[in-house]
Order: sequence, then structure tokens, then C-alpha cells
Amino acid sequence: MARLYEYQSKKLLKEGGVRVPEGSVAFSPQEARVVAEKIAKPVVLKIQVWLTGRAGLGGIQFADTPQEVEEKARHMLGMKVKNYVVDRILVEEKLKITSEYFAGLVMDDSRKCPLLIFSSVGGTGVEEIARQHPEKISRFAVDVSAGLREFEARNLVRKAGLSGNVMLQLAELLAKLYKVARVHDARSAEINPLVLTADNLIYAADCHLVIDDYAVFRHPELGIEVAREFDRPPTELEKIAYKVEEKDYRGTFYFFQMTERIPEGEKYIGFHGAGGGGSMMSMDAVLDKGFRLANYCDTSGNPPASKVYRAAKVILSQPGIRGYFASGSGVASQEQYHSARGMVKAFREENLSIPAVIRLGGNFEEEAIRILGAYLKDLPARVEGYGRDDSPEFCAAKLETLIAENKNALHTVKPIVEAEIPNNAYFFDTLTGRLSIDHARCPACKTKGCVGACAPKILKLESEKPVLAISRDDAKKGKCTECLACEIFCTYHEQKAIYIELPIPGLKEYREKILKG
Amino acid sequence: MSILVDEKSRVLIQGITGREGMTRAQLMKDYGTNIVAGVTPGRAGQDVYGIPVYDSVEEAWEKQGPIDISVIFIPAALVKNAALEAMAAGVKLLVIVPDRIPIYDVLEIAYTAKAKGARFVGPNTLGLLSPGKAVLGMIGGRAQRAREWFKPGAIGVTSRSGGMTSAISYYLTQAGLGQSTIIHVGGDAIVGLSHPEVMELFEQDDQTKMVAMFGEIGTTQEERVADLIEAHKFTKPLIAFVGGKAAKSGTRFSHAGAIVEGTRGSYETKVKRLREVGAHVVDSIFDIPKKAKELLK
Repeated sequence: MARLYEYQSKKLLKEGGVRVPEGSVAFSPQEARVVAEKIAKPVVLKIQVWLTGRAGLGGIQFADTPQEVEEKARHMLGMKVKNYVVDRILVEEKLKITSEYFAGLVMDDSRKCPLLIFSSVGGTGVEEIARQHPEKISRFAVDVSAGLREFEARNLVRKAGLSGNVMLQLAELLAKLYKVARVHDARSAEINPLVLTADNLIYAADCHLVIDDYAVFRHPELGIEVAREFDRPPTELEKIAYKVEEKDYRGTFYFFQMTERIPEGEKYIGFHGAGGGGSMMSMDAVLDKGFRLANYCDTSGNPPASKVYRAAKVILSQPGIRGYFASGSGVASQEQYHSARGMVKAFREENLSIPAVIRLGGNFEEEAIRILGAYLKDLPARVEGYGRDDSPEFCAAKLETLIAENKNALHTVKPIVEAEIPNNAYFFDTLTGRLSIDHARCPACKTKGCVGACAPKILKLESEKPVLAISRDDAKKGKCTECLACEIFCTYHEQKAIYIELPIPGLKEYREKILKG
Repeated sequence: MSILVDEKSRVLIQGITGREGMTRAQLMKDYGTNIVAGVTPGRAGQDVYGIPVYDSVEEAWEKQGPIDISVIFIPAALVKNAALEAMAAGVKLLVIVPDRIPIYDVLEIAYTAKAKGARFVGPNTLGLLSPGKAVLGMIGGRAQRAREWFKPGAIGVTSRSGGMTSAISYYLTQAGLGQSTIIHVGGDAIVGLSHPEVMELFEQDDQTKMVAMFGEIGTTQEERVADLIEAHKFTKPLIAFVGGKAAKSGTRFSHAGAIVEGTRGSYETKVKRLREVGAHVVDSIFDIPKKAKELLK
């Protein structure tokens, strides 16, 4: 879920007509000082992280003068809290609070509607208060077609025990909060505390919005870099992986790193699952063997071979892993040879030297296992393919044996070298890459097997050379499914004339950085 | 009998001319699903594997007669309108295969479904299959495999993981145990028919003698199944597996979530609740066939 920082959430609330303290985000002590000078009142400094309980971590501090703000900001910026290094703080006016409330919006999976919750007590530990004083909490299932009506909001506040002007102000705020959440596709929205100040005004003193990952495409204005559920900022490699996913809607590719730096002597492997349920089961199996996972990766929902290829390249950008474990549900509906071909291209390019166990059970698993066996047998490391009747536990045990036989050798990351393609090569663009054929090599080809290997049947022979049988435009729009079958056939059985370039922006530079240490 | 779909159900495919729509139309048709029409706006007059294509659901209904079920294969951003279109035309069951559908779109679909007395499976579902009768969605991938992997029988299968829907059913078949209907309820936080709703359907179904359920952490589906059992609204034996044991328990994203759900949603709570009401919770999906055999004796 794409979380927004407090200062971003407050900006959206403010635009939606909700009163928030005057203030601004600062990335340096100097900036913090400028903000404080502008406010010209005592202020509060708040570190911007996706964590609760910031006060206890020293992440919330007060200051009376711009000078003091600058000093405190200097301490707070760069602070390490849990998974974070603080790189921004919010500087805002200090409120004179007389009462604290709570407002939250969540998705109710049983009623299938947004649920608005209001509590006449707020602040830290609101869950506990809710348990002890249920009468102070009220909730309302919002009619998603009509939105939250003001009278509904008034009843919601009234039922939590409030009345009069405060009730009216709060009801107005709740209606606005719902609108802000709806307009920005927030799947959760929370104001805690929601406060009443000494001058009898309601403010959103803290606020957190979580934007629906699946709706981020509707909101480029929010500048969300990686629409994924993280409790820390994404790593560089995660950002690279996400860019692949962002531009290719065929199937799903999810990549999450458990560690960015594998500690010496620890048994880490690269993990490549397919489907949530099967991945969980498969992870349990390798964890039971005493391995640790460098990453979690999932390619599912019938991804093309090109996407599986990119996933494998990303996984193999992690130095120090000792093995590669790919395993899904075991009985996949998708044609498993696509995944097999993706891995073949990636493993061959990497000249893989750590063992891989690939459990590709499902449709056409026999073909998938044959592809792995036929095209990867000359690699320095062993790659073994298994099917639906081989359990994850069995496959994890196989990997353990192979890693031991490989003397626990560690994976080393190699630089990405672009293939040399002659200037006069025949080429066409695919949805996410470019396919080129060096026709000068074709006369030596006896089989012309690339045409037969092509799954979508979009190649034909013209003067004994393979060319597109459809328009270039159709190929680019996805009629070329990037199944990689032609390249693999030509590379292994014929003249090495075909090359499919599938760029992964940023990966080359990332690997260079790793190689430099 | 089976639940939700059999060989007589009249089925429409929305997005039939797309990459997934075409591939899965072939699977469904080959398996024996009674596909009466397809819809892709602007493509009326074409046909896909002999299935006539129309511009709208309404047109398909006019030309082909009443439609019981629509299976949707179109890009996520357009799904809401397609679902509303199908329901407006009178379709009472939707199978929404695509994933990444914005949550408010799902809520709007749910709202309209309730108002119109319609139901939906998904989103983010592999679909459902009644062995020997019909398949909706993409379970099995190819008809030949679907026939080999799934056999008619007495066990209902419901799962929050697509792959595990097939895997559990396949391992049951290998153990000589057939299935009444197997259903992937969908992987999202909000789904149309969730586990408890599917349980109520299995309860009513004569063919189903027992249910195998693949649960996962998050949402309240498994707890609500336990509530049903406790209220004697589901009385058949239930074998359950809950995935996500290794995940950090008690991860909470908001105070509001904690207020609404309390400790619901965690692995521990789900397993505890299911065991309390007499469900058979197993630690590995490979134990499901064993347990089923034991219970059938």
C-alpha cells in the first residue's frame, strides 16, 4: 500500500478544506529555520517516517525560536529509527490543545464498504481505549454511491457522546475527510489526534493516508514512486524492479528485498515464487532447511517469458546468494514453458554458477522441464526442473544437496554487457524490447526452426530469411508475446542470429555500483 | 449438483477478443461450458472459436437470450464499467478475473450487486470449476489438463490462492477423491463471494459432503467461517489450512483497523477460532487428502 507522509496527507486535507496547523516540510536545518521564521510562533518538529509512536523515539520535539529549531532539526535529520534514516521533518505551529479525538476510515471486508470510525477520545493508545470504553466509539458504513452525508456524520459524532458546536465542526470535518479519501483513492485514512484548540477550532493534528496501490495510476500528482506495501522506503533494486512492472501489465512481478547486504557466512538464497499461496508454502520449505531469503519475488498471473527473464536478472543482481529457488503452487494453470524460457535466457546470460532448483509444476510442465534440461546443461552450475508431483520440501532438500556439492560457492554479480548487433540487422520492436535478426547468418541455417518455434506464429520466411508476418505496429502492440522461443532455438541449435533485447532501466548502473563495492 | 455453475449455465465472456479472453474462451468452450456469446465493444459480427461477438451485453442478451453468468477479461481500469454493464443487462453472476482493480471500483460493483440481487466472484480470481460440467475463468489452463486434474466428487474446495485451488484439488484427485465445485474466491482484500458466502452455498449443495478451505492471513473471512459453524449455518466437515504462518503476526497498518477487527486477521486467531468450532486445521496442504479420507470413513 502506498503510504503518504504526514506532510503530504495534511496537504491533501488542507486542499479538501480541513484545518491543519500552519507549517511545511524541511529537508535541512536551514530550511527548518526558514519555515519557523515564517510561522513566527512556537513550533513542533516531527520526523517524517511511516512509524507510530514517534514521540517515544525522540521524533517529536518543540522549539520556541528559529535558532532552536535549526539546532533541533540538525539532530533530528539523519537520526536512525528502526528501518529509517530520517531525511525530512515537518515544522509546524504548536497548537494549544484542549481535547483530542480520533477519526479513521478503513475498508470493511465483511460488509464490502468503507467504514468510518469516530472516537470522542483520541491520541496514543486509542485501540486500548476503544476496548475499555466502547461507548466512546461510533462507526458508520458509508454508502459508496452517495458518499458520507452531513446528517450521517452528525449522528456518528453524536453517538460517541458529543454535542453542540464541537459536534457540528467535527461532522463537517468527517464529511470532508471522506471526500478527500475518496477523491485520492485512499484505502485508509486516519486523523489521530483530531484536536480542539483553546480558541475552539478543530484541527487535524496528525494524519495518515494510504493510497490504494491499484489506483495509483489515477494519481500521478501524488508522485508515488513504488506503489507497494513497505514499512520502509524502497531499496534501489526494488525501484528498478518496480519500473519493470509499471510498464508491463501482463501478469504480476513483485520484488521485495529482505536484505541489501548479505552478511558473510550466512546461507542466503534468491527466491522466485509464482502466486502468493504457493510462494508462502515454498518459502516455508527452504526456511525449514536453514536457508535465509535474500528476497521475495513473485511472477504470476500468466506473465510473458520476458517478465520472468527480467525478474531472474533482478534476483541475480544480489551478490552472495548460494542458490536460486523457484517454486509456485505446483499445479499452475499458466503454460509453464514461458517461465522456463525466461529463466533460460537469464541464466545463460549470467552464465550461472550457483545451483538452481526450479519447481514448475502445472500446465505443460514436461515441456518446461525439458527446456530447462536441454538449454542449461552446459552451465557451470546445475539447474534442475521439477513438477507437480514433487513437493516443495523435496525440492528444497534437492537445493540443499546441490549447494553443498557446489561447496557453498557465492553468486557474483556480473556487469551487464549489451549484445553486439550489426548495423544492418533486421529488427522490429516488441511491447517492451527489440528483436533483431542478423540475416547475414541465416544462409548457414538448415532448419529455419525459429519460424516453427514462434508461439504466436508471427514470423515467416522471405527469401529463406525470417521476417515479420504481421505489421510492425501489431508486433509492437503485443502480437509478439516475447515468448523468447525463437532466440533460444537459434542460439542453441542454429546460427546465433537472433537476439531479443529486453532492457531493465537502471540495472546496468546498479550492477556497476555493486561491482565497485 | 454443484454450486454456482453447471453444464447448463448460459455464459458470456466480456473482453473475448483480447489476449486472455481468447485463450480462456477456448479453455471454457473445450471443457464444455455453455458459452453463448462474447462482448467487445466495436467488434460485433466477429466470432471467436465459433462464439458470436456483440457490441454490448444488452445486445448479446437480445440476440442470444438470457445470460446467467458473465466472465470478465478486460484491463483493470475498465472493469467497473463492464461489471455495471453486465448487471444493468440483468446478469446475476459475474466472474471478475483481472487483478489490480481499484478498491473503490470493487466497492461500487459490490454496492450495485447488492441493489440488483447479483453476485460476483473475484476480482483477482482464477475462477471456478465444477468437474465434468463447466469452468469459468482460467482454472486448469487447458481443457485436457482440467479433465485430468479435477474429477467429480463430494468435496467442495474454496481458496484465497489461485494456484492452491488447483493444487489442493489435484492432490485430492490423486488420492481418489473428487470435487463438487472448486473456487478461487480471489486474492484481494475485498472480494464478492468470500469464504463464508461460499460455505453457505456448499451447505445447500447435496453433492458436497465436505469442504477443504485454503485460508490466508488478513481480512476476516476465516473467522466469519468459524462464526457460521458456531451458528450451525455450516454443518459439514471442514478441513482448513491457513497460509502465512511465517509472516509477522500482529502487523497492523492502522489504529482504525485494530479498532474494527481487534485481533482478527492474524494467523493465530484464525487457527484458534477454526479449531474452537471443530474445523480440522492441518499444517500442510498435503495433509488435506489424508484428513479427507479419514473423515469420509
